[in-house]
Amino acid sequence: MSLSMITPEFLIERNLERCIKCQVCVRQCANEAHRYDAETDTLSCDDLACVGCHRCVTLCPTKALTIRKFPLEFRTNANWTPDAIKAIYKQAETGGILLTGMGNDKPYPIYWDHLLLNASQVTNPSIDPLREPMEVKTFLGRKPEALEIKDGKLKTKLPPQLELDVPVMFSAMSFGSISLNAVKSLAAAAREAGTFFNTGEGGLHQDLYEYGENAIVQVASGRFGVHYEYLNAGAAIEIKIGQGAKPGIGGHLPGEKVGKEVSETRMIPEGSDALSPAPHHDIYSIEDLRQLIYSLKEATRYEKPVAVKIAAVHNVAAIASGIARAGADIITIDGFRGGTGATPLCTRDNVGIPIELALAAVDSRLRSESIRHQVSLVIAGSVRNSADVMKAIALGADAVYIGSAALLALGCHMCQKCYTGKCNWGIATQDPNLVKRLNPEIGARRAANLLRAWKHEIKEMLGGMGINALESLRGNRLMLRGVGLTEKELEILGVKAAGE
Amino acid sequence: MRYVIIGNSAAAVGAVESIRKYDTRNPILMISDEPYHTYSRPLISYYLAGSKEEAGMLYRPKNFYQVNGVETLFGTKALTVDTARKEVYLDNGEKVSFDRLLVATGGKPFIPPIEGAAGENIYSFIKLDDAKKLKEIAQPGKKAVVVGGGLIGLKVAEGLLKRGVKVSVVDLAPQVLSSILDSAGAQVVQKHLEKQGMEFHLGTTAKTIQSFGPRKIVGLASGMELTADFMVLAVGVVPNIEIVEGTDIKVNRGIITDDHMRTSVADIYAAGDVAENYDVLLQQQRVIPILPNAYEQGQVAGANMAGREAVYPGGFAKNAISFFGLSLVTAGLVKATEDSEEYVAQPGENQYLKIVIRDGRLVGFIRINAVDRAGILTGLMVQQLDVSRLISRLLTPELGLIDLPDDIRRSRLQGGAVQWR
Amino acid sequence: MKRIYAQEKYCIGCRLCEIYCAAVHSEYPDDLVKAFKKAAMVPTPRVKVEEERPLSFALQCRHCEEPHCLKACITGAMYRDEETGAILNDKERCVGCWTCILVCPYGAIFKDEITGKVVTKCDFCLHMGQPACVEHCPNGALQLKEEGGDE
Ligand SMILES: Cc1cc2nc3c(=O)[nH]c(=O)nc-3n(C[C@H](O)[C@H](O)[C@H](O)COP(=O)(O)OP(=O)(O)OC[C@H]3O[C@@H](n4cnc5c(N)ncnc54)[C@H](O)[C@@H]3O)c2cc1C
Ligand code: SF4
Ligand code: SF4
Ligand code: SF4
Repeated sequence: MSLSMITPEFLIERNLERCIKCQVCVRQCANEAHRYDAETDTLSCDDLACVGCHRCVTLCPTKALTIRKFPLEFRTNANWTPDAIKAIYKQAETGGILLTGMGNDKPYPIYWDHLLLNASQVTNPSIDPLREPMEVKTFLGRKPEALEIKDGKLKTKLPPQLELDVPVMFSAMSFGSISLNAVKSLAAAAREAGTFFNTGEGGLHQDLYEYGENAIVQVASGRFGVHYEYLNAGAAIEIKIGQGAKPGIGGHLPGEKVGKEVSETRMIPEGSDALSPAPHHDIYSIEDLRQLIYSLKEATRYEKPVAVKIAAVHNVAAIASGIARAGADIITIDGFRGGTGATPLCTRDNVGIPIELALAAVDSRLRSESIRHQVSLVIAGSVRNSADVMKAIALGADAVYIGSAALLALGCHMCQKCYTGKCNWGIATQDPNLVKRLNPEIGARRAANLLRAWKHEIKEMLGGMGINALESLRGNRLMLRGVGLTEKELEILGVKAAGE
Repeated sequence: MRYVIIGNSAAAVGAVESIRKYDTRNPILMISDEPYHTYSRPLISYYLAGSKEEAGMLYRPKNFYQVNGVETLFGTKALTVDTARKEVYLDNGEKVSFDRLLVATGGKPFIPPIEGAAGENIYSFIKLDDAKKLKEIAQPGKKAVVVGGGLIGLKVAEGLLKRGVKVSVVDLAPQVLSSILDSAGAQVVQKHLEKQGMEFHLGTTAKTIQSFGPRKIVGLASGMELTADFMVLAVGVVPNIEIVEGTDIKVNRGIITDDHMRTSVADIYAAGDVAENYDVLLQQQRVIPILPNAYEQGQVAGANMAGREAVYPGGFAKNAISFFGLSLVTAGLVKATEDSEEYVAQPGENQYLKIVIRDGRLVGFIRINAVDRAGILTGLMVQQLDVSRLISRLLTPELGLIDLPDDIRRSRLQGGAVQWR
Repeated sequence: MKRIYAQEKYCIGCRLCEIYCAAVHSEYPDDLVKAFKKAAMVPTPRVKVEEERPLSFALQCRHCEEPHCLKACITGAMYRDEETGAILNDKERCVGCWTCILVCPYGAIFKDEITGKVVTKCDFCLHMGQPACVEHCPNGALQLKEEGGDE
């Protein structure tokens, strides 16, 4: 072996005055960054192994540990940044594609942070959500052209709808990419909060059928785990065409993660790689997509909405229009900051467009074509807080999906090492030693708490605007103003500049 | 209704505690020839060694009799029982009548037929009074011969050694602790004791004891002669059945009892070292003279006396002992016979582990210097679970519940009661 | 009475239960650092984590209805606390004969490593509000409840 040029990303610091040598860190770090030597009764660490997941820091009972950025500096070079240099070292060593997990972390503009919400003053007074009713219920699905009401009752037969008590759902994360305990946590939280979780392309594990009423079951290019009971177990079906973190490419769940349970759920042999092709091999046109949408509707007796999920790419508005016309009831658009379990670094960081622009463009396009009511719009790709949710809804979304935020609630520390399968928090792993670390009862409580908190905040902000129903904010871009944006960006977003 | 209990030790205390669980009203009378508050009999060797004061030997707190409403008649010996009239005759000429009687008179030393054994400065080691006498005579530099290398013999020898007495132990068996250890295990113990300065004459016995003033010369069967300032005879304990002899209470070596601890006569119960009961491993009636069994038998007897149906499921021998920092536990059958097989491991210095298996069930074990968590094995013996696939796991010093099959481990974690099947 | 039940499917083998158990029974019950650094010797934990990956669980005294240890104790050192039902050991009276260790089918009684001469066992943290192991288990793998643990 020749000299390795890879240097640590993190520096582990142990405060020896506080360390009691209990070795919790040794037992907890799946990367084996901490070691105990019985002969000398000392603890040592291997900085190179540390991924900065903070498992040890969080569990250390005396708070003796901290993790810093490794201080090693390169000569300052605005072009050849340390990341760029280190990537070359790695590839020169391995000859392989650089993999990563979670979403794009590059400093592209985050439009949420350039949009500001409105509030009422004097006229149209604000509303106190603690005193007055506030409606945040959301229905997803195709809406009729017109409503016919007879004797005070709705006469029009509505197409199937998903009813959400809070306009936030847990996005598609497959059992396989994340642990069963993680899926269980989200499923139970979705039920508790009156919303939905999405199975991703991993099928529905036996234990999760009881959460079927809160599940959106996905049909992806690999068709893993898709069968009659599966389709009928969920409340809705989602056809996955693309994903924000890896537009245009398929997926690869390595064989070592395909244990007994994953193999049974996905209906593939144990230990075999689960390869999702980049395209669906039966979809090469909008017409093909329509066929699949209607096959799925047939299979479920037209009782469930069918969604189509795409990545936000350059022509997203036109594509969305096609999907609406193909008969989808819901369109999910995943922005380029959306998370994933594993993706090539080059794709994650360089392909796709920001979700804010994609959403505005799609909403505008569907409106201009008068087909906006035919589909609900759900966006995903780094919604970080309730304000992001509000802004998305004002830009035209019906609801949002959260993936990264949901995992953070379960304990994810954004180390971006999901693809290694060694998630120290029991989330993105199938290692039974690590999966146990996530107690789904605790996970469900935390994820449900997050939704409860956001719901309160949404009501608070709605009240501030003098609005008492989320429906009145939907697509109401007058409630937004842009700061630090170009004319063109403001035009695409369809919002005025602050002060206008 | 009146309960009378003869005895004031483990079995008697077990009975009182159990009677009072169900009957707080009717009077209880305890009779004992020992004039003491109930004390822990095994602690007499600690007392001798000087590691326990008399005050620290109480088996139950000072207020035990008062709290439990027990009338006591201590320092009084019961002579005999009239089973027809339901009366106990006492050595002070009085008699007491009973409705329910428990005989918990324990054991008495077996005095071997050695010439001169009745002489002066020859002691037994069963009672606190024995220990008191010994403590007085056991001055540093003196020489003692202990006849009997069993549990009591070695405990007294240890106590004496700790007092600075030079001790020789004589036993007919070729090994020490012959009833609870195999010879390999006994070797470990013997070597350890020899290192502390104890001397052994095994495979031989004391034949004659000659007294020359205060000094003794002990003649061994091997022809050797030992000199001593005093002697302790600890060759065994026999059931103290004197008071029922000549009555219609059936005795064998001890008083015969059934699974309710009843004797052959109605309303009369027996428990502890005086009683014979079922040995579930040897599958025969016998006395198992250990404190845990005495207490449990007393408890069962007490419940039945108070009108609560309780069953004694039988028992087996189990002993925990330590000598000068060496600790050992043994239970059940410690040597394989034709219908059982044994497995041995010696993982560490001075460690000795053994299990005996019959029909796939654990029927005995020895653990020397590896006593931690030994109760897990005892539990397996009690439950008679099939352990044929666990043999190597049961032979490690760091035994744990993790070594048990999933279902048993889970039931343990639930705190599932461990009962004889 | 309430007992502590182990949920082996959620025990992560971190041993924080053992660490806190030792600390709260030391001279510095509220200060881990001092308990481990200043105390002459750290007490033997009364809860025991057993591990054979991926299985692990923590076990402490079951505080039995019919306690084998109490019945077998040769000195009377093992007793039941009348008020709480907890089975406790009186260090003053215990002589370290290990008879209780020999009979406890759970293996829940340990030699006290500080003295080596008496036993130590779970005392239900009666001196505190809640058993330390339950309070500090990071994953809800120890639960204080009336009855029942893992399915
Ligand atoms: C030195 C020594 C060490 C021991 N070590 C251990 C050990 O480590 N572990 C273990 O399990 N066991 C040990 N044993 C055995 C244990 O002490 C007995 O098994 C236990 O004491 C039996 O209890 P018991 O109630 O049946 O009878 P005992 O303890 O023998 O008590 C009988 C009581 O009845 C009284 N009594 C007898 N006859 C009469 C009468 N006629 N009238 C009035 N009162 C009477 C006696 O004075 C005594 O108080 C040891 C014994 C000895 C002597
Ligand atoms: S990888 Fe995580 S657990 Fe391991 S040393 Fe780094 S921060 Fe700690
Ligand atoms: S070790 Fe202590 S508590 Fe246990 S039986 Fe012996 S004296 Fe009793
Ligand atoms: S603290 Fe909890 S998770 Fe950690 S070892 Fe103890 S029982 Fe297991």
